[in-house]
Order: sequence, then structure tokens, then C-alpha cells
Amino acid sequence: MSTTTYAVRDSATMLRRNLKHMARYPSQTLMLIGLPLLFLLLFVYVFGGTMGAGLPGAPAEDRGGYLTFITPGILMMTVASVSIGTAVSVATDMTNGIIDRFRTMAIAKVSVLTGHVLGAMIQTALALAVVFGVAFLLGLETAASATQWLSLVGLLALLSFAMTWFTVGLGLASPNPETASNWPMIFVLLPFAGSGFVPVESMPTGLRWFAEHQPFTPIMDAFRGLLAGSPGGSEVLWAIGWCVVIGLVGYLWSRRLYRTRAAN
Amino acid sequence: MTTRTSAIEVAGLRKSYGDHEVIAGVDLTVPEGTVYALLGPNGAGKTTAVRILSTLLPADAGEARVAGYDVRREADQVRASIGVTGQFSAVDELLTGRENLRLMADLGHLHRRRATTVVERLLERFDLVDAADRRAATYSGGMKRRLDLAMTLVAGPRLIFLDEPTTGLDPRSRRELWGIVRELVADGVTVFLTTQYLEEADQLADRIGVLDGGRLVAEGTAAELKRLVPGGHIELQVADSERVAELARQLPEAIPNAEALTVTLPHDGSLTALRRLLDGIDDDGAVTGLAVHTPDLDDVFLALTGHPTTDEVPS
Ligand SMILES: Nc1ncnc2c1ncn2[C@@H]1O[C@H](COP(=O)(O)OP(=O)(O)O)[C@@H](O)[C@H]1O
Ligand SMILES: [Mg+2]
Repeated sequence: MSTTTYAVRDSATMLRRNLKHMARYPSQTLMLIGLPLLFLLLFVYVFGGTMGAGLPGAPAEDRGGYLTFITPGILMMTVASVSIGTAVSVATDMTNGIIDRFRTMAIAKVSVLTGHVLGAMIQTALALAVVFGVAFLLGLETAASATQWLSLVGLLALLSFAMTWFTVGLGLASPNPETASNWPMIFVLLPFAGSGFVPVESMPTGLRWFAEHQPFTPIMDAFRGLLAGSPGGSEVLWAIGWCVVIGLVGYLWSRRLYRTRAAN
Repeated sequence: MTTRTSAIEVAGLRKSYGDHEVIAGVDLTVPEGTVYALLGPNGAGKTTAVRILSTLLPADAGEARVAGYDVRREADQVRASIGVTGQFSAVDELLTGRENLRLMADLGHLHRRRATTVVERLLERFDLVDAADRRAATYSGGMKRRLDLAMTLVAGPRLIFLDEPTTGLDPRSRRELWGIVRELVADGVTVFLTTQYLEEADQLADRIGVLDGGRLVAEGTAAELKRLVPGGHIELQVADSERVAELARQLPEAIPNAEALTVTLPHDGSLTALRRLLDGIDDDGAVTGLAVHTPDLDDVFLALTGHPTTDEVPS
């Protein structure tokens, strides 16, 4: 078999291993999905009435409008939340002797990491399905066409791929699983310092500048545009651009760390 | 491949962490089908040596060929030829014993049917059939160690590295593991193991390298190493303390121990000296027992390194 066949076969083996881990330890998956759901319910029911009324051009008490407004931020959070689990799994592998066993075997090197990435993407898909389901139950309205839905799913997959590679890097860089679980928390909270929960125009100058320029804002704006059935072309391009950058940096960083870590 | 008869060839190997030289110029050769034991106390550099030879760690200087391949330039070929059981457990605790072995079979690219056969056979051989479908997290230390070794053997490597395979095991598990190593050797597998236990090296190894501070301070068979320390001792068990004192007066070189009721005499191992000693002792029942001690590896280690081993020899 060729090197590529082995890479695919080994990655599939590692993916099976990670799926088994998830099945054996469902509380982690549930917690990772629970986090964005909690924010969704909290913001719609606790803050939704007041916040919705504050949206530009909204009637008083516009809970439904606010749900529609924050759904992109919640989607972003969902992807980020699952990546916490990825960072922890990678860090756990790295602090366990098993990684040295893998390293002394004649397997495709990248398969250990691609197994994690593929597993995390499946987990993310699951989480996003649940989040969408709950959002629709709460009354999410969308004017997206089939093509726009397809674009949304594609963009979410790209984002998940990029974020996962980045958090694989974080997991590799962490000295232990506990540290690994802290870093991605930033990504879960980053939608707040962006266009996730309030329009950036309502922010004070300094924060507003950050919110307008941080990568998550155009991604969330692109989600919002696609859900509303009127995507802005430049937002989508920016979103794709940022995902490619995050993913590429994450991939190269992870690959380097995987080669050098523990081998010093 | 240069040599088919050497499983491992190492020359001038060096490795430093900062200015701490952990491997300070090691040369060694391990012929195929033999057991080599790297013996040394904690911190001697055993794990570092194993990590270099198993492609996990690049050396700073020197040559190392494993299974005929250069560990640095032909790492993939080396990996395809070896099995490694590290110092610390390398099992997936969330998976069952069977799943762990199956994972190794899949990563070893075994065909499906063969994988199943190999896994079942290893479960039996390592006495893990009853525990096969339990998560490895629930295994005892001895079981984990057995699973660990079984995982190393799935792909059928002809050369295996065992880094302190019995550290932390109870005496029974330790002897079981020794039995497994002997079976492997009987199958013609080359074994490179490290240990802190002198008895273990003595029991298993064809050749022993004594590692201290990153240097091989001695190398040879157990018998050869023992010969480096001339002389052993004879211990006489004596009926009572009066007789101990009496014997001590009678035999000029004797070291009496009134509490243990023994008298110890230096001995060069020769029959002549033993006969002369026995002729000098009255046969009146005062001496109730006699033991001849050849020097053991503890004596060797002390003589070679100037300090005793850190750990007790297991019994
Ligand atoms: N990654 C590392 N960084 C710095 N020092 C290390 C590292 N790994 C091992 N050492 C040092 O190298 C020496 C040998 O370690 P090791 O090979 O693990 O010994 P052994 O396995 O014989 O107990 C020890 O003094 C240890 O502290
Ligand atoms: Mg060690």
C-alpha cells in the first residue's frame, strides 16, 4: 500500500479510537454541547426581552428577534466549546505513555492528530444539530435558501476544521489536560467581544475597534447574513479567509509541535 | 543492511540536556536472538538510551543502528522492525484490553482475519481472556504491564525494547514476566531491556551493561562481571555466642557476629581453601551450617561504581 493509503487507513483507525472514547465518556460531549445551549436559553429567556428591544429598529420585547440575532454567536460558541474537548483529549494523549507507543510504530505520523480532528468535527456536527434543533424549537426564523443553507453548513464545517486544528495545537502546547481546558475558554467567550450578542456599534470605542477587527466578527456576520437569506459577499469572503488562516496556522503549528514535543 | 547478525550496534552515543550529559559516550553491540540488559540505578540514563534507540529522541553524537537501519536517517524502517514497552504504562485506559490489542493490530496493518487470531492468541498467552472486555483502567498494575507487553508483540517484532519491565510489580507478576521474556527469546526474538534489579539482569540477560552516569562502566556476562570482583565469602552458622567467640579466636581472618550467630570468612572460591578451612574446625557440633557465597552483582556494582545500587534486589 502507498503512503497515502496508510495515512487514510491509520487516520480512520485513530478516528475509531476517538469515537470510542466519546462513547465511553459521554458526559464530556454532553457538557460541551450543554455550554452553548445554556447560553442560548439564558440569553433568550433572561436577557432576551430587554436586549431584543435594544436592537436597532426592533419593537419592544422582541425575544424572537434577539434569538435570531444571537444564533450566529451561539453557533460560534458551539464550535469553540467542542474544541475545548479536543484540546483536552490531545493533551491527555500527550501526557500518557500511549503517544510514545504511537511514535515508535510505523504509522502515518499525522494520523494521530487527524484522528482527533475528524472525531472533533463529528462531535461538532452533532452539537450544531442539537443547537439548531433547540433554536428552531425556540422559534428561530430563517429566510435562507437551500444554497445558502449549504453555504452555511460548508462554512461551519470549515470553521470547525480550522478551530480544531488550532486547538490541537493548544493541546500539544499544554503541559497537562487541565491547562489545555483553560485556553479554548477564550474562544467560547470571544463572541461576546464581537458581533455575537450586541451590535458592535453599541460598544465603547476601544472595544468596538477590537470587536470589528477580531476574526470571529466577520464569521458571525456571515452566519447571520446566510440565515437571513441576504449574505454580504465581503463578510463571507472575510469569514473564509479567517478560517483558512486559523486552520493553516493551527495545522502547521500542530505538526511542528507533534514532531518536536517530547523529542527534546 | 550492513550486518545481519547484530540487532543493535551503537558507537560513541552522546546526549545532553543543557550541560548535563546524560549519555556520555556509549558503545555496545547486541547480537540477534540474545538478551541484553542495561543495568543501572535511577537517573543512570537507561530510559534516555532506550528512547534514542527506539527513534523517540535524537542523539547529539554517535552512530546507532537498530535492525540494520540508522535510527536517525531510517527511522521508519527501524519502527517497522521493533516493538517498544516504555517505562510507564502505554495502554489506552478508556479502551478494553481487546480493543487495545485490536488498535495495535490495525495500526500494524494486519489483515482482518489475522488481526483477530493474533489478538485472541495474545489475550490467552497473557492471561487476559477474562478481563478482555473490561476497560484497561480497571486493570491491576500487573495486568496493565502484561497488556502493555502484549500490545508491543501484536505486529510480531523481532526486536523488542523493555524499559524497566518489572519495576513496581509484585514478585509473582515479576516472575511471570520473566517467563514471558524467556519464551520470546526461545522464539528467537532479540530483547533489549533495562533494569535496576541486579537479579533480573542475572536471570534474563546474555550480556549485561552496567550504566552509571551515562557511561558503561562494565560489560559482560553475569559470570564475567562477577569475576571482576575477586573473592566471595563463607558464612558459618554457629550454635551459640561462646562458640562464635571461640571460632573467631581460632580463625584469624574471621569476622564474628554474635547476634546473628555467624562467622564470616573471606574466600577465593577455591576448593583448597575450603578444605583447609574445614580441617581447622573441630567437628563437635558447634558449626551448624555453612554457606559459600560467590560475589553477586550487588558486589559488582559497588566495586565498579563506588556506590551501591539505590534499590533493593527483589526476592
Ligand atoms: N527531558 C529531560 N530534560 C532534562 N533532563 C532530563 C530529561 N530526561 C531525562 N533527564 C535527566 O537525564 C538523566 C537520565 O534520565 P533517564 O534516562 O530517565 O534515567 P533512568 O531511566 O536510568 O532512570 C536524569 O538525571 C534525568 O534527570
Ligand atoms: Mg528510566
